Amino acid sequence: MSFLEYAPAPESTAILNLKPEYGLFIGGEFVAGGGESFSTISPATEKPIARIANADSGDVDRAVAAARRAYDKTWSKLSGRDRGKYLFRIARLVQERARELAVAESLDNGKPIKESRDVDVPLVAAWFFYYAGWADKLDHAGLGANPRSLGVAAQVIPWNFPLLMLAWKIAPALAAGNTVVLKPAEQTPLTALLFAEILQQADLPAGVVNILTGAGDTGRALVNHPDVNKVAFTGSTSVGREIARSTAGSGKKLTLELGGKAANIVFDDAPIDQAVEGIVNGIFFNQGHVCCAGSRLLVQENVHDEVVERLKSRLSTLRVGDPLDKNTDVGAINSAEQLARIRELSAVGEDEGAERWSPACELPAEGFWFAPTIFTNVSTSHRIAREEIFGPVLSVLTFRTPAEAIAKANNTPYGLSAGIWSDKGSKVLAVADKLRAGVIWANTFNRFDPASPFGGFKESGYGREGGRHGLAAYLKGSK
Amino acid sequence: MSHVSVPKTYKLFIGGAFPRSESGRVYEVTTPKGVFLANAAQASRKDARDAVVAARAAVSGWAGATAYNRGQVLYRVAEVLEGRRAQFEDEIVRQEGVSASAARAQVDEAIDRWVWYAGWTDKYTQVGGNANPVSGPYFNLSVPEPTGVVAVVAPQDSSLLGLVSAIAPALVPGNTVVVIASEAYPLSAITLAEVLATSDLPKGVVNVLTGSAAEMAPWLAAHADVNALDLVGASALDWVDLEIEAAQTLKRVLPPEEGPDAAAPALARITAFTELKTVWHTKSLL
Repeated sequence: MSFLEYAPAPESTAILNLKPEYGLFIGGEFVAGGGESFSTISPATEKPIARIANADSGDVDRAVAAARRAYDKTWSKLSGRDRGKYLFRIARLVQERARELAVAESLDNGKPIKESRDVDVPLVAAWFFYYAGWADKLDHAGLGANPRSLGVAAQVIPWNFPLLMLAWKIAPALAAGNTVVLKPAEQTPLTALLFAEILQQADLPAGVVNILTGAGDTGRALVNHPDVNKVAFTGSTSVGREIARSTAGSGKKLTLELGGKAANIVFDDAPIDQAVEGIVNGIFFNQGHVCCAGSRLLVQENVHDEVVERLKSRLSTLRVGDPLDKNTDVGAINSAEQLARIRELSAVGEDEGAERWSPACELPAEGFWFAPTIFTNVSTSHRIAREEIFGPVLSVLTFRTPAEAIAKANNTPYGLSAGIWSDKGSKVLAVADKLRAGVIWANTFNRFDPASPFGGFKESGYGREGGRHGLAAYLKGSK
Repeated sequence: MSHVSVPKTYKLFIGGAFPRSESGRVYEVTTPKGVFLANAAQASRKDARDAVVAARAAVSGWAGATAYNRGQVLYRVAEVLEGRRAQFEDEIVRQEGVSASAARAQVDEAIDRWVWYAGWTDKYTQVGGNANPVSGPYFNLSVPEPTGVVAVVAPQDSSLLGLVSAIAPALVPGNTVVVIASEAYPLSAITLAEVLATSDLPKGVVNVLTGSAAEMAPWLAAHADVNALDLVGASALDWVDLEIEAAQTLKRVLPPEEGPDAAAPALARITAFTELKTVWHTKSLL
């Protein structure tokens, strides 16, 4: 131990009441899947948690049919006020079962319990609460009077924020009057299935939300289903492209929230201690499995050495380990596959001449782990400065002038997020104007709020989630 | 003694200049009855790429201009259009074979739409953006910004109004445009380019290509430096293939529209080519 000794402080899993196996949630009931079921494992121990059903194309047909029936017969006929009340119920049930959901999330995903408990799950409740209030106010959503819902929404979400991404998708879809078929990631299906139980407790009409577990084939069958009116996807840019191609000409409304390679720009007049905290939060939050992670640190040259030194000292205090331990700062990498990718790109970083550094830390023997890593002496052409690593790996680059910082920050096909650190407000606003990114955090990073739209420019996708603009993704103007 | 007329050479409009197609190709433009009107330039893939280069170079200046300035420039386009209405009416009659009163009505509406859109430059941000009441000590504001370079396949069955209806809204927030004009009615597009060239619009903000939309559109759809694709006039093309091409760089795409209401004036046509930027800034805890 290099910093302070901490006794283990694990959150108990006794609060969980998991079933050994979970079916698909179709038409308000759990049913068996047509495909071969699979195990979801804890990435911290590689131990199986539960068997999960695998939806085949017949299951996709049944789920879409259930959503269509619920749309035609129930949900589209319900008043906005009543739709809103169901969403408020869901928000409250999430709050009531918050600890259980947090433990399940950390178990299945590998993220630290302090994040699932203090960030993910509270935001899930907040998301439903926020959109609940919109359900009977759609005339004010910015699409003119009497905007209409789209119909059946197919939603495919990633493994990095399993329950939070579910909330980002389902809450606005239902508020706007659509019904939903959602596919969680195959690595992290658990909390979506607990959420299905919450929907039963909320007495949400059958078929309004259907949850299909499975892998890429299930997702492909879902987004390409002819009776789907809306496709919402969060995930990699390559899969986003594939979906944009396959839905071309179909008339399905498409929103995509894809990858990023965010610049976190630190000027020499920044409050350095706060900036270091922001840099750490920007790239090591959720093990760096964040599409908007501040993975490229751009530091003004004259403070580079100081920033890197303080950053290293701060990283030496991070505790990597058991996600369920309340003192853990950095949890497990979500999967063996993701770990392999992080290792591969980090090796490329070294081969291309960047300097690699990690704090001394003991990693558990079981499970998937990667120590927080910084690369210095990185140039813009290096792959670690261009490709999304999606792990706890920071590339440090330098600049001399604001113009150079802006040019380097924008030198990427992505455009999801960016950070600016400076005590000079006029400089912050001028730089923010020039950055081609959908979310810009000034003197903070990785803040999320249901009232605040989130989404990218360029190849980070299109459409927004959150706020008034997040509703527009699920509505059309009435003509 | 009668005057021997001096017919106009209709060329392309790229980067504020009027070049011939680099390919040296032209095609015959005729009246609906087949009477020769002009040889229009038949733009090539290279011309389309040159137009994208010019449009990209113009983005920072046009997007960076004040909204008031963009509004005045667009309003000036309407003024100059008004002054040359006789020429537009004459070209519409000859190309489309419609009556003089129909041509006059088309020019009237084209001018009025320019004025309508000109007035949006300093308002769409207010209507499309807002402050966000986040749970924490942050100043948080969402504002729409221009997407960048927009490639447009103009409505093919309208010589002036369709063109104006497609390019004016894209210009409002500060995008620059590469437009493929109506293949059958390209003369109004080049005359409009002359209006744009003399209306204080910076060079490269609008670039006009005449020729085969089927030939040029795939290059623009696939071009990595084009941010958005308006297929409003592409219904006769293999437009699904164009949308598939556009997916490679995740372009924003508007689908084809047909009929007299194609590209009808709407705020949605402006916001379709904007990106919402949300800026969070910390507030001190006092």
